[in-house]
Amino acid sequence: MNRRLYDKLIFEHSRPGRSGYSLPRNDFDRHVGELPESCRRQEPPALPEVDEPTVVRHYTNSSTNNFGVDTGFYPLGSCTMKYNPKINDALAASRSIAALHPFQPAETVQGALEIYWELQRALSEIGGMAEFTLNPFAGAHGELTGLLVIKAYHLSRQDAGRDTVLVPDSAHGTNPASAAVAGFKVVEVKSLADGTVDVDDLRSKLNDSVAAMMMTNPNTVGMFEKNIPAIAKLVHEAGGLMYYDGANLNPMLGIARPGDMGFDVMHINLHKTFSTPHGGGGPGAGPVGVRKGLEPFLPNPRVVKKDDGTFDVAFDNTSLGRISGWLGNFTIYIRALAYILSLGSENLAKVGPLATLNANYVLNRLKDLYLLPIPGPCKHEFVFDGLKDKSTGVSTLNVAKRLLDFGFHAPTIYFPLLFHESLMIEPTETESRETLDSFIEAMRRIAEEAAKTPDVVKEAPHDTPVSHPDDTEAALHPITSWQDLCAAQK
Amino acid sequence: MSDHRYFPHTPEDVSDMLKACGAVSLDDLYSDVPEDLRLRNPYALPAEMSEKELRDYFDKLGDKNRRMVCFAGGGYYDHYTPAVVDAILSRSEFLTAYTPYQPEISQGTLQYIFEYQSMMCALTGMEISNASMYDGATATAEAMIMAVNSARKKRRVLVSATLNPAVAEVISTYARYHNVAVEVIPEHEGVTDRAEFEAMMGAGDIAGVIVGYPNYYGIVEPYDGWADVCHASKALFIMNCQASTLGVLRAPASLGADIVCGDAQSLGMPLNYGGPYLGYMCTTKALMRKLPGRIVGATTDRNGQRVFVLTLQAREQHIRREKATSNICSNQGLMALHTAVYLSLVGAKGLKEINDLGYGGLRYLADGLTATGRMHLKYPERPFINEALFVVDDPLTTDMVLKATAAEGILAGVKVDENEILVAVTEMQTKADMDRYVSIIKNIEL
Amino acid sequence: MLYFLPTHEYARIEGNVATIGISEFAAHQLGNVVYVDMPEEDDEVTKGEDFGAIESVKAASDLFSPVSGTVIEVNEALVENPRLVNEDPMNNWIIKVEMSDPSELESLLTPEAYEKVCEAEKH
Repeated sequence: MNRRLYDKLIFEHSRPGRSGYSLPRNDFDRHVGELPESCRRQEPPALPEVDEPTVVRHYTNSSTNNFGVDTGFYPLGSCTMKYNPKINDALAASRSIAALHPFQPAETVQGALEIYWELQRALSEIGGMAEFTLNPFAGAHGELTGLLVIKAYHLSRQDAGRDTVLVPDSAHGTNPASAAVAGFKVVEVKSLADGTVDVDDLRSKLNDSVAAMMMTNPNTVGMFEKNIPAIAKLVHEAGGLMYYDGANLNPMLGIARPGDMGFDVMHINLHKTFSTPHGGGGPGAGPVGVRKGLEPFLPNPRVVKKDDGTFDVAFDNTSLGRISGWLGNFTIYIRALAYILSLGSENLAKVGPLATLNANYVLNRLKDLYLLPIPGPCKHEFVFDGLKDKSTGVSTLNVAKRLLDFGFHAPTIYFPLLFHESLMIEPTETESRETLDSFIEAMRRIAEEAAKTPDVVKEAPHDTPVSHPDDTEAALHPITSWQDLCAAQK
Repeated sequence: MSDHRYFPHTPEDVSDMLKACGAVSLDDLYSDVPEDLRLRNPYALPAEMSEKELRDYFDKLGDKNRRMVCFAGGGYYDHYTPAVVDAILSRSEFLTAYTPYQPEISQGTLQYIFEYQSMMCALTGMEISNASMYDGATATAEAMIMAVNSARKKRRVLVSATLNPAVAEVISTYARYHNVAVEVIPEHEGVTDRAEFEAMMGAGDIAGVIVGYPNYYGIVEPYDGWADVCHASKALFIMNCQASTLGVLRAPASLGADIVCGDAQSLGMPLNYGGPYLGYMCTTKALMRKLPGRIVGATTDRNGQRVFVLTLQAREQHIRREKATSNICSNQGLMALHTAVYLSLVGAKGLKEINDLGYGGLRYLADGLTATGRMHLKYPERPFINEALFVVDDPLTTDMVLKATAAEGILAGVKVDENEILVAVTEMQTKADMDRYVSIIKNIEL
Repeated sequence: MLYFLPTHEYARIEGNVATIGISEFAAHQLGNVVYVDMPEEDDEVTKGEDFGAIESVKAASDLFSPVSGTVIEVNEALVENPRLVNEDPMNNWIIKVEMSDPSELESLLTPEAYEKVCEAEKH
């Protein structure tokens, strides 16, 4: 990627009279100008006017300011930044899907519906669930959908008093936010010193207002919740359901299924475990699976297989309702299904162990220099509480920024909130030993620098196109558009 | 251990790495997983496929789909995607990046989001846009929640009967579980009933009012003065707008909208059987801190360069947890890039030409269909833009229209009921396609 | 007279008016304040309930009212320059409230008791 910033905005390439499109000739007699004046825009929108080569060069140059999985190692904890296979993208670009309108009759989209169905079945097998909906657009949207399934279930039993969701205090902020958006109160459950759920604290918070307990497993610090059968039993006895946040599903591939652990509802981030690209923030997909008995509550529309083997789109009145315009981010499903089929049953089962091996390898090679608050073995990821030597004044933020100079993306920092200097590393199974070794070497060198020349680390990054952006100024006087920039320059 | 191309590990790597971990086997790393939870049998899934086999598999599935000449809209429109858009979106620096948490190595993503935000402000006339949301329906549901949060204690929202029904359904799902009461303002001859709207506002406990622009029937409703009625009782005026038409329609900001949201699919996003599309959401500076989702802002770095960062993050779920404005973590990243590239290419002039093609084509088709004596515009006097509601005259039915055209590879529109169909035209359908559509209708045997 | 809540808001009492802001300790913990979300004049506030929020770049906290009553003034200077809270939180107050129930003061923390709360949080 760039070491010097390509800093132009497309608006700065704009010259009146230029354009970058081609359209069929218009040989119709009538045009928008005949709409009443009160309906029409008087001034054209202030969009840039740019020719095609300029657009291509601008965005190509801009892309080289960016770091992606294809650029280098991305050990971002809890994000599972694995390799995104190219064949998946090639298949997703299929013209036979691109042209399909969502409201086409089912008999004209049988191939698309079959893709949805096959992926739904494969995820059900991997999750140990009865059925999946693929409709949710992202992990957070999946959480919301899963919680609404739970709400609809309790309401169907005339059990309307269940207004509370339990969330471990180590959970990501999205869990409580999703619960709040679904209209639940949130009660935190304490963690023990090893990061796992405090079962006694859980017991004290269970009552007939509890709708569900939300968990990841392994949890946020990369530890398997070995008390999970007991936890599930307690929650079920109190009348609540168990929700599995699939953010950390990757290390469980080939090892154990959430359904077998006692979870009733789960979501999967296809852009984590199933290799679909993050796209700088989306589009993702957050399919939601349910155990037998909860299928009627899944969102509309649903894809169903009829007795004659053909597929249809159905709307069910027991459903929690509609949570998306149609069936979700369809091209993501093509990628995820292609990933599952290209690995096949046997290789899919190796994903978890290899991801776990990579994480433990890095952990063991760095734990003499970085503080490991919870001893391994970890699963797919682990958390350091900053450098072991606390006398240097070098923070986790400094370490993260210094890593950028060495050509690595930073790990997740200051999460989980259980430790002051959290540095969360997830290497994934698609990284080679050589890549891990060079990362380990960089981390060791940073520790050495922290001891000998701490300012080099504290002032990092040095070699990136941008260094130390002023976040405070950005929040104090927000400039969020070209229009704001122009006004500020005046 | 494995020779699959996605796994770099040689058997030697595995044994060396295990040694470094003080383990003998991979299983040792899972000693904390209770035996009775372990996966007992291999996944009941197919064996691995080679790339060639994968292509064959998906080709076969592709053959089971039928590409049609698409006169269907209903919120999703068949527009042309310039080749440049696909080329830029496939650049892996964009495609394989995560959310831009590290601005030092994410200026590419941050910059296009900033451009996207600017372009959405230009189209809507609003002061601030977020970095995008999932789709138009969820963005509008989030706007409803934003109105309720802004109003603090009011928990009633009005939705026009002419709003796209799929959007209205998603709003009611979010509302139902959020303890918000949604009431429908009835329609009158294809537009929202203004007298009913004012009467419903009378109670003074409405947090927000949501309307469609153009509405579900493609009609450009006159919303002059509606915002004033809303503001008089401290309700937010929320306009769900079809992005492409904003190139020619009066900007929602000039109608006093507080939130403008909707789907940007019509900006050349492939239909892709339902997605990915993009939900956009814009608002005023006054409401900036209530806006859900990510926002990119400009600032400077220590070398004085203009750079971009995620800003106003204190609103978000990773900080506010259960008190966040929304649970959304990401945006529709790559589709925001699509929008920025598309609008850079097409510009204001291209958008106008695209709308002219749709409007001119729809008028041409309407004339042809009307001349058959079997279909006619339901609201010929209302201003419509690229989509219109047609009545299918007895004894012909909507299903007969759809079936007869489908036999010739034409998707005639979106069925509204037995005798009503929504028909949309874009730059994608030719005059010859429309002539064929008309002649099929003329020749249906009754 | 000066009182505190354990959530770090102070109330300085003059007659029937409580001047409310956040403590030095809280201002330091938050870091650079970038925005203060304040109520409007004439709004009612309730003891122990939130009346606004204060944001720094990477944190946000609700502001809880130490007393019940009616807002009679908001510190408009914080709109333009929220960093005043960092510079001198005791003088750069956030709102002034006409108290409806002065007996509520009895349950608030004295400066000495508040000091102990801060000590405990440092560890």
